[in-house]
This record gives sequence, structure tokens and C-alpha cells, in this order.
Amino acid sequence: MIEVRDLTKRYGPTLAVDALSFDVRAGAVTGFLGANGSGKSTTMRLILGLDAPDAGQARIGGHRFRDLRWPLREVGSLLEARAFHPGRSARDHLAALAASNGIPRRRVDEVLGLVGLAGAARRRAGKFSLGMGQRLGLAAALLGDPPVLLLDEPVNGLDPAGIRWIRDLLTSLAAQGRAVFVSSHLISEMALLAEHLVVIGQGRLLADTTVAQMSAGASSLEEAFLTLTEPAAEYRAARPPVTPPIPAKEGRS
Amino acid sequence: MTALDARVPAGRYGFATVARMEWIKLRSLRSTWWTLVITVAGAIAIGVTVGINTRNANGDLTNNALAGIIPALLLTSVLGVLTMTSEYSSGLIRSTLAAAPSRPRLLAAKAAVFGGMALVVGEAASFVSFFAGGATLSHGIAAPTLGEPGVLRAVVLSGTSFCLVGLIGLGLGAIVRHSAAAGAVVVGAVYVAPAMIGGFSHSVARYLPIFIVGNSLSTTKPQSCAASAGCVQPLSAWAGLGVIALYAAVALGVGCWLFARRDA
Repeated sequence: MIEVRDLTKRYGPTLAVDALSFDVRAGAVTGFLGANGSGKSTTMRLILGLDAPDAGQARIGGHRFRDLRWPLREVGSLLEARAFHPGRSARDHLAALAASNGIPRRRVDEVLGLVGLAGAARRRAGKFSLGMGQRLGLAAALLGDPPVLLLDEPVNGLDPAGIRWIRDLLTSLAAQGRAVFVSSHLISEMALLAEHLVVIGQGRLLADTTVAQMSAGASSLEEAFLTLTEPAAEYRAARPPVTPPIPAKEGRS
Repeated sequence: MTALDARVPAGRYGFATVARMEWIKLRSLRSTWWTLVITVAGAIAIGVTVGINTRNANGDLTNNALAGIIPALLLTSVLGVLTMTSEYSSGLIRSTLAAAPSRPRLLAAKAAVFGGMALVVGEAASFVSFFAGGATLSHGIAAPTLGEPGVLRAVVLSGTSFCLVGLIGLGLGAIVRHSAAAGAVVVGAVYVAPAMIGGFSHSVARYLPIFIVGNSLSTTKPQSCAASAGCVQPLSAWAGLGVIALYAAVALGVGCWLFARRDA
């Protein structure tokens, strides 16, 4: 459903995405894993045409994103940070997006109910908590009932019940035959959610595999991930400094 | 790829659907309505104040009644800026482009919706100012009527200036993208620069937007300079309108060119 081929993006001297190629299939949740700064969000921005690649391309169902006839009905997306005006209500935000793609107005109330924001629909979205903001972003992604979903860190800010809810939702969307592409740096979450995994480090593909295969050779998926990404980790905490033992005062007695 | 295509109805998103989105966005913000109310009320209040203080009928009474247009344009230009820059400051631009990825189409829809609203509000401000300013004239001075030479033109073109100056703001917003910086640029370019340049070079001053609004668009008869040497001969009303429209077109054109090329 999503085909990424030799995708490359440079910001100044930094190579954020480096000749990245992978596929995201329909009917499964594909996890997108990588350390902080490994290029996950940039890759998603490139697929959605927010940034222009320096080389390579991304296609969704054979089309570039900007050539889609009804973008919201074909691809639903949620990027990491908030993407709504704080002064506008959740309902007006979704109604505006729905209008741009000829989506019937009743679908707005449907998705508000689906993500649990029906009671807050008329409140200004700027007053929303992080978790409610995520739910509104998810409502926007689901608005067009799209066959492809791209979600960047969707569990951010959600409480345990919210995380369970989104896991069940994404699994059921994939079971309906949709392609669900989810980035996260929470390995434990991915172990429960995803079937396939695309792992990147420093913008390069490190693994394109299944959860079962990746965790097979290691004690846990987390161990396997850390072993795989260790050489490519860009931001790594320094080892705790070793404090030299305080020399005992030479007593003279 | 037919699985994907089969789900999607015929047709495609286009200018009309994107314009509908932009209209919902514009009208669903309380700040839009507050700004417009203050714009119209401010223009009328200044026209009325000038009317009350008019002691004789020697000046251009229509121009007097329209004295509130230039201060009111300040708000419209800033609203135009914010229509674009608030997309970036809030992060909304990501949602907008996920729904409508064609950037020239998006900017065209924004310009049409915002420009249309600014035109309606501007004409309302201009006509009400004209009648209110005329109604408050005393000292036996007769209020100007729309049938007198140049009066209807001055009132209509003053209203039009809201649309054009607002679009200059929208274009600058697309170029600069940061609210505070773009606001400073539009206020600087439209209000501050004319005051400075006008003091040095009279021949340049007549091409500046605010000078055009004040001396070409909102007057029944652009003043003649035969008498004094230092006086600036303003552009005619229609030439002035053309120059301001050109500024708006250039701001939007450059804004669109950059918008289509830059990462969002």
C-alpha cells in the first residue's frame, strides 16, 4: 500500500533520511521503530509531501500523495505534535477538514464519538490535555475512513486505558484490510501491537522484518532492538561517571 | 491499486471544496468576528468624529467621512497575515496540507475566501462611515450625496482597499510565516515606511499604499498641485487602484511561489 523507494532527505549538512526503501502492506499493523532523531518523523513527513525529498519517492496505492483525488479518504495521518488551531472547537476543526474532501457532516460527530470526544466537541481545542489533543488528531485521521493510516507516536500522552483502546482500534482497523503504519519508540507497545517492523537508525534501514523474527534471537524484543540500533544511535547518554574512591587520609598517629 | 481506488467516490477535491474548508476555518474563530466588529466600528467612529468637528464646507467632505478607513485597514492587514501565519504557529498547516496537498490551490482558496470577506466588510465600513459622517455635519453644512461627482467612486474604492490591503497581508504571511515578524513587516511596509519615505521623496510617496488609499481612492477629486511646489500630485483613483492591486498580486504570487517550494 505504501511504497518507499530510495527516499533521501538532507537538512543542511545532516542526512536525515538516507536511501530508505520499504513497503507497508495492507491488512497488518507495521511498526516503525528507531531511536530519537533516527528519521522516523522526517520519513512520515516525506510520505505525506510536507517536505520534499532530495531523492527517491514515496507512493501510496501507486500515487504520490499530492496526486491523490480525495487525500483524506485515501490516507489518514497523525503527526507527532498538535495540528489544530487552539481557538477553534474540535467539531469546527473536523468540519473544516471534512468539507475540503466532500466528507458528509455526520461523519464528524461519528468520529468524535469514536475517539471519546463527543462531550468536548464544542470546547476550544486549545484547552485540551495532551491525550485529548491526540484523540482529536486521531479523529482527523479517521475522518475519511481511509484504507491507509500513518500515525506518528499515537500513544503519546494517553493514559493506560487510552493506550489499550488505541491498540484494539488499530488492530481492528488492520483486520479490516487497512494498511496501518505506526511509529513509536516504545518497544513494549510495539511488541503488543505490530506484526511487521521497519527499524531505522541514522536515516538508514536496519531491519524490515516481523516481530516474531526479530525477537527470536534475543531475550526480548527490546534487547533485539537495542543490539540492532546500538551502532547507529545518534543521541546516547554518557556512561555514568565512575567516581574515584576518596583516598583515606593518611593518618599519622 | 484498485482496492484503494474502489473505496473512493468519483471526482476529486478542488478549489470549491478547499474554499469551503477555509470559510469554515475563518468563521469558526471568535477572533475573526471581534476584529471585524472593531474594524467597522472604528472606521465609523472616526468618520463621525471628523463630521462633528467640521466647521465649514471647504474641504472634501467625502474624504473627511472616510477618514477612519486608513486606521481600520491596519486591522484588516494583520488579519490577513494571521490567516496564513496562524497555520504555522498552531501546527494546523499539517492537517490542512494532509487534506489539501496542492499548495497553489490552498493559497488561492484562502485568498478568495479572505479577500471576499474583507471586501464585504470593507464596503460596509465605507458606506456606513460615509452616511454616518455626513449625518453628523452641523453648522448648516449639507451632507454629500452619492450622486455628486466622484462620491460613489470614492466610497466604493475605499471599501475595495480593505480587500486589497488584506491580501497584501495574506501574501506577506505566506512569505514570512512567523506571526510577529510578518505583522511587523506589513505594518512597517504599509504604515511606517510611507511616513519616512514620504518625507524624503514626494515622487515615490504617491506609489505607497496608504498614500494611494488616502489621496487617490478615498477622495472625490485627487488634489491638484498647481499652487505649491512641494506638493505631491497623487495618482488618479483608477491608477491608484491598479497599483494597489498589483502590490497584492505580487505579494500573493511570491508567497505562492515560496509556499509551493518550501518544506511545510
